[in-house]
Parts: sequence; C-alpha cells; structure tokens
Amino acid sequence: MKLDARIPAGPLAEKWDKRRFDAKLVNPANKRKYKIIVVGTGLAGASAAATLAEQGFAVESFCYQDSPRRAHSIAAQGGINAAKNYPNDGDSVQRLFYDTVKGGDFRSREANVYRLAQISSSIIDQCVAQGVPFAREYAGYLDNRSFGGAQVSRTFYARGQTGQQLLLGAYQALERQIGLGTVKMFPRTEMLDLVLVDGAAKGITVRDMVTGQISSYAGDAVVLATGGYGNVFYLSTNAKGCNATAIWRAYKKGAGFANPCYTQIHPTCIPVSGDYQSKLTLMSESLRNDGRVWASKLKNDKRPPEAIPEAERDYFLERKYPSYGNLAPRDISSRAAKEACDDGRGAGEAGLGVYLDFADAIKRLGEKTIREKYGNLFHMYAKITGEDPYKSPMRIYPAVHYTMGGLWVDYDLMSTVPGLFVLGEANFSDHGANRLGASALMQGLADGYFILPATIADYLARLKPGAVKTDHAEFRKAETQTGDLVKKMLSINGKRTVDDFHRELGKIMWNDCGMARSEASLKHALQKIPEIRAEFWKNVKVAGANEELNQSLEKAGRVADFLEFGELLVRDALERRESCGGHFRVEYQTEEGEARRDDENFCHSAVWEYQGEGKTPVRHQEPLIYENVHLAARSYK
Amino acid sequence: MNLVLHVWRQKNNSEKGKMVRYEAQDINPHMSFLEMLDVVNERLIQKGEDPVAFDHDCREGICGACSLTINGRPHGPERGTTVCQLHMRHFKDGEEIYIEPWRAKAFPVIKDLVVARQAFDRIIQSGGFVSVKTGSAQDANTILIGKDTADKAMDAAACIGCGACVAACPNASAMLFVAAKVSHLALMPQGQVEKQKRVLNMVRTMDNENFGNCTNHYECEAACPKEISVDFIAQMNREYLHASINEKR
Ligand SMILES: Cc1cc2nc3c(=O)[nH]c(=O)nc-3n(C[C@H](O)[C@H](O)[C@H](O)COP(=O)(O)OP(=O)(O)OC[C@H]3O[C@@H](n4cnc5c(N)ncnc54)[C@H](O)[C@@H]3O)c2cc1C
Ligand code: FES
Repeated sequence: MKLDARIPAGPLAEKWDKRRFDAKLVNPANKRKYKIIVVGTGLAGASAAATLAEQGFAVESFCYQDSPRRAHSIAAQGGINAAKNYPNDGDSVQRLFYDTVKGGDFRSREANVYRLAQISSSIIDQCVAQGVPFAREYAGYLDNRSFGGAQVSRTFYARGQTGQQLLLGAYQALERQIGLGTVKMFPRTEMLDLVLVDGAAKGITVRDMVTGQISSYAGDAVVLATGGYGNVFYLSTNAKGCNATAIWRAYKKGAGFANPCYTQIHPTCIPVSGDYQSKLTLMSESLRNDGRVWASKLKNDKRPPEAIPEAERDYFLERKYPSYGNLAPRDISSRAAKEACDDGRGAGEAGLGVYLDFADAIKRLGEKTIREKYGNLFHMYAKITGEDPYKSPMRIYPAVHYTMGGLWVDYDLMSTVPGLFVLGEANFSDHGANRLGASALMQGLADGYFILPATIADYLARLKPGAVKTDHAEFRKAETQTGDLVKKMLSINGKRTVDDFHRELGKIMWNDCGMARSEASLKHALQKIPEIRAEFWKNVKVAGANEELNQSLEKAGRVADFLEFGELLVRDALERRESCGGHFRVEYQTEEGEARRDDENFCHSAVWEYQGEGKTPVRHQEPLIYENVHLAARSYK
Repeated sequence: MNLVLHVWRQKNNSEKGKMVRYEAQDINPHMSFLEMLDVVNERLIQKGEDPVAFDHDCREGICGACSLTINGRPHGPERGTTVCQLHMRHFKDGEEIYIEPWRAKAFPVIKDLVVARQAFDRIIQSGGFVSVKTGSAQDANTILIGKDTADKAMDAAACIGCGACVAACPNASAMLFVAAKVSHLALMPQGQVEKQKRVLNMVRTMDNENFGNCTNHYECEAACPKEISVDFIAQMNREYLHASINEKR
C-alpha cells in the first residue's frame, strides 16, 4: 500500500492555493458527462452533492433514511467553529489551526488542518446566505460562544440546534438540485459494497430497503460521506442507524483504514439508567460555558447534591486545569470525571456520574437568560430523567460520541483506492487523536462545499467519462456476494437476536477499549470478539425475508460488520503503545495521570491494509511532519 | 408495569392491514416508548414472529423519523414531545395503548407503522431554499438581522419535518409544514428575492401531492413536537395572497 499524502510544497499558508492552481479542470461542457456517486446526505455528503451538481456534474445521492434531511448531522447541538474573529478577541486562522493541532494531541496533518482553518470563514458566509438562522446580537450581528479547548469565542450557533439548521441549509441546496434534475436521490437505499474495476472505484452495490432488491450503480468516482463508527460500542450518542458498513466494505476492497483506535468519549452525557437502554443522550458542550462540573470530596456520598455544602465539593476541572477550567478539552474532561468516579466519589445509585451545576450561572445571569441559551437542552434533560435541572444540578457521565479515525485520505480527500473519495466523519483527516467541540460540523462542510469540489476534477479530468457501466462483470460478482451474505444471515435461524450480540460486543468494547485501555484489556478483547463473531454466524436469529422492509436484517448486516471492525479498532489500540488524545493507555501516563505521548515512536498515523478473511491486517505508517508547530506536551493548566 | 398494545400490522403497501393485540409485560417506566417497542420486538423475534416495523433514528427528538400515532394522537399524549422522547412513566400500569401509523393519503403505508413522506421533500424541491451557489456568498456580517427577527425565523425553522401536523389534521393538510418553511425564509433578508415565486410553487406542489385543505382546526399546532405556531399559517396566507395578486398583474 502506497501512502502518498500529496501535500503541496511551499509555505503552509499557500499550499491550498497552490493545489487548486495545479489541479486539472474539467471543461464546463463536459462536466455533465461525468457521473459521481455520493453516499451519505449528512453535512459532508449533502453539501458535496449539491455543490458538485451546481458545478455541472451528474450526481447520484444515497442515504438509508426516508429523507436526506434526517442524516445524523441533524442531531448536532452546540455549534460550528470559524476563525472570523468577530469578537475581536485575538482569533486568527493561525490560532484555529494551532488549537486544532494541539487539541488533536499533535496527531494530525498540518497542511490539512491549516486548510480547514482557512476555509472556516467561507462556510459561515455560505450558510448565512442560505438563510441559516444563526443566533444574533441585538444589533443584528452574528453571536459567538466558546467551546472546549479554546480561549476565544469562535463558535457560531443556532440555539441548541446548530446541526439541524446547517443540515437543512445543505439539504435545501440538495433538494434544489434534485428539482433541477442534476441530482438523482435514492433514499432508503443502503450501500452494501464498493465495486472496483481495474483497481479504481467505479460504483456501488445497494439494497433497496423497501423491496429488498439488490442492484448496482456505476459512476466515474465514488464519494463516501457515511459518518462515524461510534455505534461499535452499542451505546453511544449516535443515531441508531449510524454504521461502519460502507467504510468497512471499502476497507475490504483495499481502502486503507487510519487510526481506528482514535475514538472520542464526550464528558457530558446523561448517564446510563438500565439494561434496556438503546442509546445515550448528549448534553452539549456549550453547557460548560456556564455550568460548573463537580463531584463530592467524600467517598460514597449518597446525599442529594443540594445537601452537599460548598466546602465539600470538588470542582475538579477548575482545580486541575485552572486556565481552561470547565472548558478543558473533551478527552481530558472525560478522564477527570472517570477518575472521580473510580475514586468512589461518583453521584447517583451506581456512582457513575458527576454534577454539572448551573446554580451560580442562574444567580449571576437569571433563569431567563439561561433558559434562552440552553432551554431545549434543559427540556430534553428533564424529559429523559424526570428531574428539573433549573432546581438541582444535572448528572452527567462520559459516553462514546465521535470517531476521529476513518478511511485514510490524501490531501485531495482521495483514499488509497483511486476514485474513492471520503468526506466528513468517515475519513480520518483533521482531528488527530481528539476532536475539539464544534469542529466536526466545520470539517464536514469544508470537505463538502469547498475541498472535494476543488480536487475531484483533477482526478476526473484524467478519465474518459462513463467508461464503465453496470453490465461489467464486477457488478454481477458484487451483487451475487451481497445476495449470498443476506441469504446466509436469514438462514441461520439461531437463538439470539441481533441486538443481543450488539450489546455483548458493546460491553467488551467499552470495558476493554473505552476510556482506559491496557495491554491486558485489549488482549482480552482480541480474544473475545472473534468468539462473539463466530457465535453470531452460528446462532443469530434474523426475522423475516429479504424481499420486504426488514429492519432486523438491516441491523444484522451492520452488526456483522461491527463484529469485524471492532477487532481492528482494538488491534490498533494495542499497537499504539502511547497515550494521546482519546486513546489512553494506562501504561503510558505521567505521574499526574495525564496522557504521555511517545513522539519518537508514534508520531505517525497508523493505516491498516486488509489481507483477506482470517488474516492479520498489515499496519503501515504515514509519518507526521511538523514544520510549523512545535511538538509540545499538551497542557491546559 | 404491564401493558396491552394494539398495533397496526400491514405487510406492505398493497395488502390490507389490521390491529393486532400484544401483551407487553415487565416494562420499566423509565424506558422511552421506542425502547418499550424494542423489548416487544425482541420477544417477537425470539418467538419466531415478525417484529413491528417503525421509523426512528436519532431518538433525541430532532431527526423527525419517528412517527407513531398513540391512542389517536400523533406522537402521543405529551405536548411538545416526539414519540422517541416520550417515556413510559406517562402511562398507567395495565393501560391499553393503540399504536397506528400516520394516517394521510399523501403518506402511504410501506409496512406496519412506516409511511412514505417523500411528498415533503418534493415540496421543498419546488422552492424551499435560497438559490445561492456555493462560493458566491458575501461576508456573513454584511447581512444584519435583528435578534427578534432571527429568533422568529428560528422558531419557524425548528420544524423537523416529521409530518405529525398532517397526521393530526382532519383534512390531512400540510399547511403548517409549508408555512414553517415559507415563513422561515420570508422573514429573513436572504429569502426576499425569491419570496413570491417560492410561496406560489410550494403551495401548488402541496396541492398536487394529495394533501387536504386547511379549514382552521389547528390540530396541527397541538400535535407539533416543536410547538410551531399556527401564526405562521397566517403569515404564509399573506405571502400567498400578495404573490398571487402580483402574479396576475
Ligand atoms: C448528539 C451529537 C451532537 C453533536 N454536536 C456537534 C456540535 O455541536 N458541533 C460539531 O462540530 N459536531 C457535533 N457532533 C458531531 C457531528 O454531528 C458529526 O460528526 C457530523 O455531523 C458527521 O457528519 P457526516 O456528514 O460526516 O455524517 P452523518 O451526518 O452521520 O451522515 C451519514 C450519512 O450517510 C448515510 N449512510 C451511512 N451509511 C450508509 C450506507 N451504508 N448506505 C447508504 N447511506 C449510508 C446516512 O444515511 C447519512 O445520510 C455531534 C454529534 C452527535 C452525535
Ligand atoms: S427518532 Fe429522531 S425524532 Fe424521534
């Protein structure tokens, strides 16, 4: 596997211009002859599909929901970053770049992150022009707030529904193109395989989720914007349908998978309440602008929070990280909460929770202001827990939230398979070992609105358009394999449901490869996962038939892939013998319990290459070269 | 707690459906309504029966996928709440619960509780956007929008496109959905240029998609999980009247 990131030469600030200038272009009259397949309609996929169609390309767009507007991006709450420096508080492209590299614990590519910071401003401009109702100040100017890992206010937001409003903007742009006939939309259609012809991505095989029909679509390039793989942990803040199937099948067709062990555990989620629980709910990081995080100073303290006097409270983030306080980055805040709970100082029945307290903020700003800022989040909390957060503090605990790893891509966002581009959370590009809050929306839209539309032409211009059609033998082969897999799952007729296997896998992943990972726990997982997988293929019970809407079958396919992918994630975690960002190996920590990186041996991205069924994949390295920032120990003290 | 469920079962769009009775035993009151259905489904699968199909995804009340009518009310008894955010503590032990899909001609049933809502997408296609190509925008702060206007636009934009308004309306009208989008864009300076064409096209598409007329029952507002106000319908009617007069000129 050749890993050439194709980073343009020259000074950091000029690389993106240089790349765009050097890129080949497709003549406007020829664009409609090229067909681009875009899988996924989240921020990354919808913005890419709409923009490519505006440019004149023929686009086919796919999603598993009944409408592109329901992609998981809709659930993002807190906001989107941009280096606009409207508050005049010292922000700049350079600072956003630096914060992101540092936030990622120096495990991302300088050139990519710098470009992201450069583009960030245009994203806000674009979204405002579309009519996204961002929060405003009284004079009519855009309002900003702060997010973790930054000392400036650079986060734009639309109440607690930023993802929804940004996605509706992109969705509306997409629907406009569908109306114009430049995009063909296929909702309720799940991609189940990637089709390669002569080594290049030329199409996909899909299952129509209403009729069960398995068929193929051919194109000159394939774009995957299918989101993250957090649901490998079963319980996460992701939507129920989020899956790794598209990227996993692409990996099995030769696309390198980078840094699967970089997963983000978000510090502020509603704690698990019972075995029946189907998902976890995030309480946006924006709450940490005004909420103070604390735990009791005493072990096994069963008093209600109101009864714990001020002197017996440990505001542990403010204590440990005075300069960032409650806005310390996610990985650090999550570990600090875990530490308090491991120490026996957790809140709630099971002791798995810490408090997020608004009493001071309500005193200072009044309940009305707090309601205006966070009303919908408080409402959601009250609904789920039956408790009133205006009266007593919220109880929160870390939960799986985001995945920094993904398919490896070069500077043009092309994977190791020619013609296969990967955008948004599905790729590994910009966040290193930990993503800062409000940066995923920024990255998804940067990829979709601005980066891919500028780089894909360079690939297409070298091809004769429409050279491969679905009558090619490779498509028949993929359809047969996909059909056989479906038949196999339906025929097992064992004793355990798909969810049962998924929960079992999730427990292993969380316990052995969650917030704290050790050589022993990872080896344990590496032994358990193949056992669960083997049992799945002997004992799973999938209801119904293929030729109908069959949610049990859909789940089975996704869980089968998680059962393979989970093993790769653990393997990657085992091989990365250092702690960095969201990847915390207990063997590698400082005396104060902070992550200890090993720049000498691990300043690289690990990229895994599939070797075939039952064979150990090969680990390649893309060295990370820092020419502009100094590799420093990450401190938020 | 123990419950008796009566659930609409329908194999596909062409076959007729019927209500089927199920017993849901040992339900934890802290479960969400959909988690309760998950449990019922797990048990059905174990028994070799077909689980109940229903749409859902985010389970946070924002994607608009979930779409159940509970005891005749879209999204169930709690105001301002999608069914994925409805918890079993709002039901009584031993209660009988009737669960049906959205009922509307424009939303044909695909299976059990799952309906097709593409008519909404087609309404948006016909004008629910600002026609700005990527790259042509000016600096964001050159468009000033007063906080009150921005807040009001946001109130309208909060629509999650679930279709509860249609399901609640005795005429299966889509007025609240269309009005929310028309108002969101008409309130903002960015939406001005295309405002007349937008409202005419969206209303005409709505009429062609088998939605009924609005006769001011306001059941839509009561059912809307985002509590979108019927005032926006009045706003749309004004926009529409204005646009149709101008069109005739
Ligand atoms: C609760 C929550 C809150 C968040 N808040 C923030 C925030 O405030 N700020 C921020 O920056 N980030 C936030 N994030 C992260 C951010 O929302 C996501 O990283 C981002 O939206 C991902 O966008 P995407 O376009 O890559 O993928 P997604 O939005 O996940 O879209 C994936 C698309 O792929 C499709 N798809 C997937 N698999 C298949 C398949 N096999 N076949 C066909 N289609 C498929 C889906 O239908 C969907 O359309 C949040 C995340 C969560 C979970
Ligand atoms: S599942 Fe998303 S709104 Fe209910």
